[in-house]
Amino acid sequence: MKCEICQENEATIHLTQVVDGQVKKLHLCESCASENGFDIHSPMSITDILLGMAGQTMPAFSSKPGQVMEQACPQCHLRRADFKKSGRLGCPFCYDAFADQIVPLLKVMHRNEQHQGKVPRCEKSRVRSTVEIEALQESLRQAIAGENYEEAARLRDEIQTLRNASDDSGGAGS
Amino acid sequence: MNTDPFFEQPSAWLPTDPTQQITVSSRVRLARNIKETAFPGWAGEAVCAELWGKLREVLLQLQAMEPCVAYDMSELNSLERLVLFERHLISREHAERRKGSGVVIREDEAVAVMVNEEDHLRLQAMRPGLDLRKVWKLVDEVDTQIEDCMDYAFSPQLGYLTACPSNVGTGMRASVMLHVPGLVLMNEMGAVVKGLGKIGLAVRGLWGEGSEAAGNMYQISNQMTLGEKEEDIVSHLEQIVLEIVEHEKNARFRLFEEREEVIRDHAGRALGILSHAHILTSKETLDLLSDLRLGIDMGIVEIQRPGVVNDLLILTQPGHLQKLEGKKLKPAERDVARALLVRTRLKQAQSKPKKKSHE
Repeated sequence: MKCEICQENEATIHLTQVVDGQVKKLHLCESCASENGFDIHSPMSITDILLGMAGQTMPAFSSKPGQVMEQACPQCHLRRADFKKSGRLGCPFCYDAFADQIVPLLKVMHRNEQHQGKVPRCEKSRVRSTVEIEALQESLRQAIAGENYEEAARLRDEIQTLRNASDDSGGAGS
Repeated sequence: MNTDPFFEQPSAWLPTDPTQQITVSSRVRLARNIKETAFPGWAGEAVCAELWGKLREVLLQLQAMEPCVAYDMSELNSLERLVLFERHLISREHAERRKGSGVVIREDEAVAVMVNEEDHLRLQAMRPGLDLRKVWKLVDEVDTQIEDCMDYAFSPQLGYLTACPSNVGTGMRASVMLHVPGLVLMNEMGAVVKGLGKIGLAVRGLWGEGSEAAGNMYQISNQMTLGEKEEDIVSHLEQIVLEIVEHEKNARFRLFEEREEVIRDHAGRALGILSHAHILTSKETLDLLSDLRLGIDMGIVEIQRPGVVNDLLILTQPGHLQKLEGKKLKPAERDVARALLVRTRLKQAQSKPKKKSHE
């Protein structure tokens, strides 16, 4: 079997990952694997390969690559090109700055895109308000659909209040 | 800097009880970062150095870390770094770091916190045998105490924010080290590895190197960190490990049924070579120790103190050997020193223990 990147060498590294029941396979030769930031001595991870091959696999990259690659995180100035090269982000704000690229990656890498686990104590109110806001937005949609504008206005104000409160206590991330 | 306290004792995460030997050890690590601060790989040395200073103070006074020691990576020599790596207290990557990074280790080695590895904090807890829940509790407690002093980078949607998106969410990697010679000898490990990949678990060797596991040791860990509760990650892994243990027991049973003399021969040869060889390479030692361990587990070989097999696993590594000899050794010299160490330790372990008053 030939390597999927160079199409020349024999593929000696075979990666398999199953996401949502779909089998994703990568067959690479050793030199292409290491060129794409995959260290055969480190734990087996398809992540680095996916990041390294973002140019081939991520639709976000297909248009105007030059311009897009120069985009930088406003906080730490890490460029998209830096992220693509190293597979590592520069700071917590990068998750917002490169959300268009990271979100599709997270879908491939993880079970789903909403954190379910531990929450730091100081963040608990913020997390609760996020969940509340979602619930209120649903009520708001129903109120509007039912042409219940008085209720909708009240809900809108309530959402705004919660949003402001969570922005005050906020940090990185959205 | 003196790493002797760790070097002299057997690794606390290795069991002394030989009945636990299919599941060798359990580990949980958490990746954490400080709010509004660039990740170590991008922050630059000055920021890292300042943060290391701050986090070092925080960690040293944590109740859950007592008593502990802190090492600045720039103050450790290459041998000391290698020893910490071989004891699984720091990662291979961290051993390469210098100024602005460090490690704080609880003296019983059950908890170690790397500062400024890929993330600001990499907390790990490790214990012998299959003990994931306790290990998670241990590391969770340290994490919660740090949280009282520092604000973490956290997003309600994405959880704990990490330098690599593959760790985001819980930032948790739970892993169990298994000794599965039965599955390897019955040519069934390939299928197990394949199956584990399909359910989102990763398989690595003893020290994380390549896919070929030395000494029939494999580490199995979760890959996905976002979208699942810590407790669910832990219980899923635990359930799978218990299944593998059953498969291994089954394989050993069949192996003994089909090839009893071969297994007896392997174990006997392993003991013979280890007890009498004068040159032993690292790989050969790991493989022979595996044969010997299987022999002990199956009651073919009797050793007064079977825990010696675990002690030797770590002590025969290049860093530990050189530390023991007190100097740098070339590979050929190491092989001689290794054989001497193994001979001596096995002899001690074979001899009848002195009667203690409580026995």
